[in-house]
Amino acid sequence: MENSPDSAASLLEVRGISKSFGAVRALQEVDFTLRAGEIHALLGENGAGKSTLIKVITGVFPRDAGIVRISGEEVAPRSAKAAVQAGIATVYQEVNLLPNLSVAQNLFLDRQPMRFGIVREGEMRRRAKTLLADFGLDIDVAAPLGSYSVAVQHVTAIARAVDLSARVLILDEPTASLDRHEVEILFGIMRQLARRGIGIVFVSHFLDQVYEISDRITVLRNGRLVGERETASLSRLELIRMMLGRELAETTSARAAAGARKTREVCASFEGYGKAGYVAPFNLELRHGEVVGLAGLLGSGRTETARLVFGAERADRGQARVEGAPVRLQSPRDGVRHGFGYCPEERKTDGIVAELTVRENIVLALQAKRGLHRPLSRREQDEIASRYVKMLDIRPPDPERPVGLLSGGNQQKVLLARWLATSPRLLVLDEPTRGIDVGAHAEIIRLIRELCDDGLALLVISSELDEIVTYSDRVVVLRDRAHVEELTGEAIDVGNILAAIAADSVAVALEAHT
Amino acid sequence: MKGLPPVLITAVVLVAGFALCAVQFPNIASTRVVGNLLTDNAFLGIVATGMTFVIISGGIDLSVGSVIGFTTVFVALAIERWGMPPLVAFVAILALSAAFGAAMGAMIHVFDLPPFIVTLAGMFLARGASFLLSTESVPITAPVYSTVSDFALRLPGGGRLTAVAIIMLTIVIGGALLLRLTRFGANVYALGGSRQAASLMGVAVGRMTVKIYMLSSLLAGIAGIVFSFYTSAGYSLSAVGVELDTIAAVVIGGTLLTGGQGSVVGTFLGVLIQGMIQTYINFDGTLSSWWTKIATGVLLFAFIALQQGLVALARRPVAKRVGAVS
Repeated sequence: MENSPDSAASLLEVRGISKSFGAVRALQEVDFTLRAGEIHALLGENGAGKSTLIKVITGVFPRDAGIVRISGEEVAPRSAKAAVQAGIATVYQEVNLLPNLSVAQNLFLDRQPMRFGIVREGEMRRRAKTLLADFGLDIDVAAPLGSYSVAVQHVTAIARAVDLSARVLILDEPTASLDRHEVEILFGIMRQLARRGIGIVFVSHFLDQVYEISDRITVLRNGRLVGERETASLSRLELIRMMLGRELAETTSARAAAGARKTREVCASFEGYGKAGYVAPFNLELRHGEVVGLAGLLGSGRTETARLVFGAERADRGQARVEGAPVRLQSPRDGVRHGFGYCPEERKTDGIVAELTVRENIVLALQAKRGLHRPLSRREQDEIASRYVKMLDIRPPDPERPVGLLSGGNQQKVLLARWLATSPRLLVLDEPTRGIDVGAHAEIIRLIRELCDDGLALLVISSELDEIVTYSDRVVVLRDRAHVEELTGEAIDVGNILAAIAADSVAVALEAHT
Repeated sequence: MKGLPPVLITAVVLVAGFALCAVQFPNIASTRVVGNLLTDNAFLGIVATGMTFVIISGGIDLSVGSVIGFTTVFVALAIERWGMPPLVAFVAILALSAAFGAAMGAMIHVFDLPPFIVTLAGMFLARGASFLLSTESVPITAPVYSTVSDFALRLPGGGRLTAVAIIMLTIVIGGALLLRLTRFGANVYALGGSRQAASLMGVAVGRMTVKIYMLSSLLAGIAGIVFSFYTSAGYSLSAVGVELDTIAAVVIGGTLLTGGQGSVVGTFLGVLIQGMIQTYINFDGTLSSWWTKIATGVLLFAFIALQQGLVALARRPVAKRVGAVS
């Protein structure tokens, strides 16, 4: 190849890409450089332009201006298929393969080995097996893809992409639905591919993973390039500053005020509360104007605790009290009657009703509480919806837009609004910041603080320890379905939480965090 | 690999049913009866083969019955009134029906319309066109017809494997091989799995859709010719409702109505089951022939329930294996 040394080193060069949708400028003169054999994280808030950039590079969207070069040669794919032929393959979060076909057919669809117009099934399976062996996968390639875990499906998608002579592999949120062990396997494969000289673009909002796997980070913000840095020399604070364009000071210092509030009235209390085989009996006091964080590894009993508190699961021992009076929490209805609200973890399946509008979603719980015979008038609904849209800064500020069209962060706000409309005394939030971008993240955290200042009691579950430390007045640490430690005041920091989680398995927790 | 268990169940139902019939009427277990069964259901077997491709690809073709009806009328008129040599008439009608199917496939793809609606329109169109050609039954007297009708391979035991049965068996075997062994067949399954994913993986979805409906209509045209051999006439009311019998045969044969899974062999067994029920009723002599429909309905219910169960099972990942990283 007769390229200048510079372009030989860079595998994929994107220069001056611009793209507008109507009046909205999604990308403005963005540059991006991917070197051969590197893992390059592409970061930015929702709406920063990551997906648009990927879609422009892969030819899904036509570009308005700019050039894309692969190994110095200019390419302009017009479709995903053309991009693959140019050597750029993309694997999306939702695996875009065919679960009803065999693994082998998925790997070789439309390019099966043929003889006399007939697919050579045996040869295809043999090749599939060899191909997957490279990725450390030894499975029955004749079985339908759908019978395997998401991780295997991801690896199959990557194997197909790589085998299609991809030189550039774009992985869009590949780890979102994988567990820790599967992420390790995926990272192993990514490193192996990078060693082979393939350039990998890694889009993720898990900053821990970005630091673990990437060599270089490019940050976009509002459709513009903020900068490209070596991962090793970029501090987390600096990275977040690049992504947000402002200091996180407001959110990190919020706890400073926490020391002041000491004597709070108890909102709800649980004594010896628990359920056999679900969560060991625990004591928990939730006070007005206080955030209690639940920390622990996945499966440690955090969500289970939240469901017991709300009444979604029936306790078989212990006593619950609301404002000092003994109560029975047998069902979510009981929880709602006593002024509890619960935003579940699976926002898409258990929370929002995607087809209904923002307004309809917001008034849902309030209407349910009032009952069928006292319908909210349209005027009341409009009034409530516009109040919360304004208060929580839901964007776009259009109460008549179907919730499914909103971003994750804004969907979360609609869920919050739904419960706030019922004027609850206690709100349980399960992973309120999961799957939403850093900007919305900070905003949700700010909201949590504000709600708390208004006298609401909050019980918040989060896997992000930094986040829990930021807003909690107390942190309950769980391990193996039991409450093992309660941290208050100065004792709340990531190190102490980790120590409590880890206790006898220090290595696991440290690995999970670093 | 795909859809084997349902096919096995269909086979078991067929064998058990046949055994039951044979116990009651020992004469049923003869090559004569089996030969007749194949002849009587030849057109159904042909059109059901095409329908299998359509349904596996996630579509449906409601127009096939009308295409058969139109074909019989067209062939009869072409030979008897317009003086076309039979072979020319056959080629003309096959070209016409293939073009008709291709047009429906193109509509479905280009305008992103539901196949149900497009082929429903096709159904009315083809039926209406056949009435336009002729409202009465047109007998076909061409010598080819008697030659073909008389032709048969003698089977041991006095049975006859007629020409139309041979055509049907050839098409079923050809269809099974096409679906199972070729790239085209794999793409049919791919379309049924997910059109979007298939398109992202490089399958020319539009071209495939056109080809699949073209195949279905072409086979409906052949079935129409076979039907005209069978009745030696063209009639615009022939094969009314056959599209539903066809869909029933495909579903009883273990093909998933939602697409992605199924087989031609299963469909063939489904056709035989329907034929067997009809034969039983003929032998009994006292039962109304509408019992065929009732039995078919019961079987359909049973198979749909069974499929739902199997689908639920398949959704549960049976193997969660992850290999070690090398």
